[in-house]
Amino acid sequence: MSTTTVTPPPKKVNRIGLEVINYKGGKTTLCAGCGHNSVSERIIEAFYELGVEPYSVAKFSGIGCSSKSPAYFLGLSHGFNGVHGRMPAIATGALLANRTLMGVGVTGDGDTASIGMGQFIHMVRRNFPLIYIIENNGVYGLTKGQFSATADLGSTLKSGTVNDLPPFDCCALALRWGATFVARSFSGDKRQLQAIIKTAIAHKGLSVIDVISPCVTFNDHEGSTKSYSYMKDHETSLHELDFVPYFQDIAVEIPEGEVTDVEMHDGSHLRIRKLGRDYDPTDRLAAATVLEEAESKGEVLTGVLYVNTSKPTFLEQLNIVDEPLGTLPESQTRPSRAALEQIMEELR
Amino acid sequence: MSTLEVSPAQSMPEQPSHSVTNEFSLQVATANGSGSQTANTVMMRAIFQMGIPVSGKNMFPSNIAGLPTWFTIRASRKGYIGRRKEIDFLVAMNPETAREDVLKLDSGATVVYDEPLKLNELRTDLNFFPIPFDKLVAPVCPEAKLRKLVRNMIYDGVVAFLLKIEMEEIYKALVKQFGKRKAKAAELNWGACKAGFEYAEKTFTPKLPISVERMDGTAGKIIIDGNAACALGSIFAGCTVVTWYPITPSSSLVETMIGYAKRFRIDPETQKATFAIVQAEDELASIGMALGAGWAGARSMTATAGPGVSLMSEFIGLGYYADIPVVVYDVERVGPSTGLPTRTAQSDLISTALLSHGDTKHPIFFPCSPEECFSMSIDAFDFAEKFQTPVFVFTDLDLGMNNWMSDPFPYPEKPIERGKVLNAEDLEKLGGFARYKDVDGDGVGYRTLPGTKHPAAAYFTRGSGHNDKAQYTEREDDYINNMDRLAHKFEVMRKHVPEPVVEDAEGAKIGFICIGTSDYAVRESCDQLREEYGIAASYLRLKAFPFTQQMIEFIERHERVYVVDQNRDAQLLGLMRLELAAELIAKLRSVRYYGGLPLDARTVTDEVVKQEGK
Repeated sequence: MSTTTVTPPPKKVNRIGLEVINYKGGKTTLCAGCGHNSVSERIIEAFYELGVEPYSVAKFSGIGCSSKSPAYFLGLSHGFNGVHGRMPAIATGALLANRTLMGVGVTGDGDTASIGMGQFIHMVRRNFPLIYIIENNGVYGLTKGQFSATADLGSTLKSGTVNDLPPFDCCALALRWGATFVARSFSGDKRQLQAIIKTAIAHKGLSVIDVISPCVTFNDHEGSTKSYSYMKDHETSLHELDFVPYFQDIAVEIPEGEVTDVEMHDGSHLRIRKLGRDYDPTDRLAAATVLEEAESKGEVLTGVLYVNTSKPTFLEQLNIVDEPLGTLPESQTRPSRAALEQIMEELR
Repeated sequence: MSTLEVSPAQSMPEQPSHSVTNEFSLQVATANGSGSQTANTVMMRAIFQMGIPVSGKNMFPSNIAGLPTWFTIRASRKGYIGRRKEIDFLVAMNPETAREDVLKLDSGATVVYDEPLKLNELRTDLNFFPIPFDKLVAPVCPEAKLRKLVRNMIYDGVVAFLLKIEMEEIYKALVKQFGKRKAKAAELNWGACKAGFEYAEKTFTPKLPISVERMDGTAGKIIIDGNAACALGSIFAGCTVVTWYPITPSSSLVETMIGYAKRFRIDPETQKATFAIVQAEDELASIGMALGAGWAGARSMTATAGPGVSLMSEFIGLGYYADIPVVVYDVERVGPSTGLPTRTAQSDLISTALLSHGDTKHPIFFPCSPEECFSMSIDAFDFAEKFQTPVFVFTDLDLGMNNWMSDPFPYPEKPIERGKVLNAEDLEKLGGFARYKDVDGDGVGYRTLPGTKHPAAAYFTRGSGHNDKAQYTEREDDYINNMDRLAHKFEVMRKHVPEPVVEDAEGAKIGFICIGTSDYAVRESCDQLREEYGIAASYLRLKAFPFTQQMIEFIERHERVYVVDQNRDAQLLGLMRLELAAELIAKLRSVRYYGGLPLDARTVTDEVVKQEGK
C-alpha cells in the first residue's frame, strides 16, 4: 500500500543518547593498515560503549605519527597536539586548570621513550590522572624509519641496519616508578585492547598502556620485532579480560573457573580470566617478574600487568577545590582589600 | 680601658661634600652563611624606621657558605635609592677581602673592622674603629656554636653608636625580623647588639662626617623585594596555576607566593586551595604545564631566569602560534650560559622579545619598582588573556632579590578581564565559532575551554599549520593569513601595553630612554648632569615592548637620545633599531653597563659627559 509509512530503524545510541558517530574524529591521514588507526577505533568504541560524555574529555599528544591520531577520534572533545615529547606537561597543566576533565594522551615510542623520557617518568612518579597510550612501533615513522629507543636488540631496519642497543620497556618503567594501571596490548587484538581502554577509563590514576602498533611502511618486514607477523608468533596473553561497567548488572554473566575481579573506582569491574597461571594484577613484584620472564623468553606479554586502586593521584594530593580552578570567579581568586591592607601593614 | 689604636684625627682629609646627615653609603663585607643577612636587614630597617629613605643591596656569591658577600645600605634624604659606587662607611668582617675593600675606599671614609685584621696599618686617611668581636661575643653568647651567627649583631651596635642610629629602632627591627616565635633568638641577638654599642660608647668618641638623624621620609612606606611584590601581584591577579622550577634569582618569587597563597587563597568553607603550585621537573615542563593550564582556562604563570627562558623557547613559540595565554617572569641575571647567577643584568631582552624559531615576537613588561611589580603583574595577567599570548614580565636580580622601600600597593580596582571566551550559551546563540577567525579586527579570535558542554565547543589546538577553524593546513594562503593575523595582533598590543613614563626637561636637547631598574641611576644622573654640568636631560622609561608612539615622539623632540642598557650589546637600542625609521636611529646613543652590579648614576653621568664632549 502506497500510504504505508516506513519508520526508519531507531538509531543505536549509548546510555547518554549519543551515537557512535559522535565519538569519531576527522579522517585519518596515516598509512592504510597502520596499527595506530586500530587504536583510534578501539578508543572510539570504548568511549562510546561506556557512554563517556565527550565534552568532558580532553585529548593530548606530542609529535609523531601517533600524535596525529587524536584528530581522528572524539571530535567533540578538545584536543591539544603539543611539542615533541612534552605531552605530559601540557596534560598536567590542563588538568590542574580543570580537574573535572578526563585526559586521554596518545604518544609514540619516540615521543615517550626518547625525547619525552623525562616528562614521562615524572608523570609516572606523580601518578597523574591520565590515560596514557603509547603507540609503540619501535621506529620513527614520520622521519622515515630510524630506530627508536624501544626497538628490540638485534632488530633490523629496512636498510638492513641492525639495532645494537637494548630497548626501554615503558611498562617496566611505569610499573617501577608509580603508575597505578599498567597494561600492554597489540593493536591487532581488538577485544583485549578495548577491554584495557575501558578499564583505564574507569581507573582514576595514571594508566600507561603500551600498545605494540606495527608500522606498515617502515617496520613491518622480516627482522622487525614489531611487525604483524612477529607479533602473531610471539604474543603471549597474560589472561583474558572482560570489563564490566558499573552501570551494568554484574550478576548477568559470571564466568566459571579461575576468575579475578578487580573493582575500579567507579564501582565497575575488571574481570580477569586466568590462563592456567596464578596471576594477581595487584602484585607489583609479580608484574615485574612476569615482564622479565617474558623478555628472557622473547615473548611479548600482553594484558593488564598491574592495577592499584588505592594510591592517591597527584590532583588528590594537592588539596585543591573540587570545581575547575580555571573558571573560579574573581570573588574566590582575588583576596580582599582587607587582606592587602594586612599584608602592607606587616611590611611597614 | 682600651689599648686600641684609633687613627689620628689630624690625618683626616676634608670631608667629601656628599658626606652629610642622612646621605651616605655603608657597606658590610662578610662571608656568606655567617648570619650577616639578619644584622644587615635589621640595620637597614632601623634607618628606615627613623624616616630616612634607604635602600639595601646584597652582592652575594653563587654559593651557600664561605664566599665573600657585600651588603650596601644607602641612606638618602634626597630619596635616591639606586646604587652608589662611593662607600663612606665600611664594616670589614671578611679577612679574605678586607685589604682590597679598604684600599678601594675614598679618603675620609670610616672603617669598622675586626681588630686582629689590623687594617689601620693600611692607610692613614681613614677613620678606623677596631672591634674585638670574639672577645665581645663570648660573654653574651655562652653557647659557642651560635657565636658565629650572633657575632655580626655586634657591628649593628657599634654602627648604631657611631652613626647615631636609635637603639630602640634597632630593637624594634630585630623583633620584627625574628617574629614572635623566635623571641629567644631575638633576645640573644639584642644582647650582642647592646654589647657592641656599649663597647663603642666607652671606647670611641664619634666625630664622623656622616650620621643619621630622624626625618619624615618614609611614612606609610613598606620594605619589600621585587620577587615578593610580583608574587603578591600574581595572587591579587587571581592567578590559579603556578608551575615552576627553582633558579636563582627567581626562586623566592614562587616561594613567597606559596606562603601568601596558603594564607589568603584557601576557600574558607572547604579549606581547599583556590590555586595549584607545582614544582616541575625542569623548565621544559614548567612552561608546558603553564601553557596547558592557560589553554584550559587558568590564569597560569611560571617564573624563571635566563637559562630557563632559553629552555622554554620551543614552548613559547607554540604559545605564540596557538594563541595561548601565560605569564612568564624572567628575573634576569648575568649571562650568557650559567654566567654570574647572583649578579644583575638586563641582557635577555633581544633573545626573549623574539624567542623561538620562526617569526615570533612577544610582549614584555618592565616594572622598575615593587609597586610596579605588583600592579603590572595584574596588568600582565589581564593582557595575556585579552590577547591570548605569552606575556613576559622582566625584572632583574637587583629588583627581584634586594629589599626596596616602596609605596604601599594600591588595591586593584579594575575587575579581572578574562578575554574572549565563549561558553555553552554563547555557542548556542552563535551556532558555532572559528577559533582563529579575526571577528573583531584586533587579531584575537574567540576561544572555548575544554569541558564546555556544547557540541560546537571543541577545537583542536596544534603547533602545526592551521586555518581559522584550527584545522591542519599546509596551504600557502592559510599560513599567510594566520601569520598576518598574529602580526596584526602585535600591532594592536602596541596600543594597549602600559605607557612609558615621560618627563621632558625644559630646554633639553638630550634625553634618556631606559627600562626597569635603570630608572634610579638615570634619574639621579639627570640631576647630576643638571647640577654639575648644566646639562638638561629629558627622561623616558619604557614600561613595555612593543614600543609605543610616545617613544617615537620623544626621540623626535630631542637631538640626541641616550639609550641605557645593562648589557654588553646595547640590546634595548638594538630592539629599538628594529622598529624605528633611519632618521630616528641616527639620533640614538648608547650608554652600557654590564659588570653585574646594579647600575649607578655616576657611571651614566660620566659616559654622557664624555659623549657630549664636556
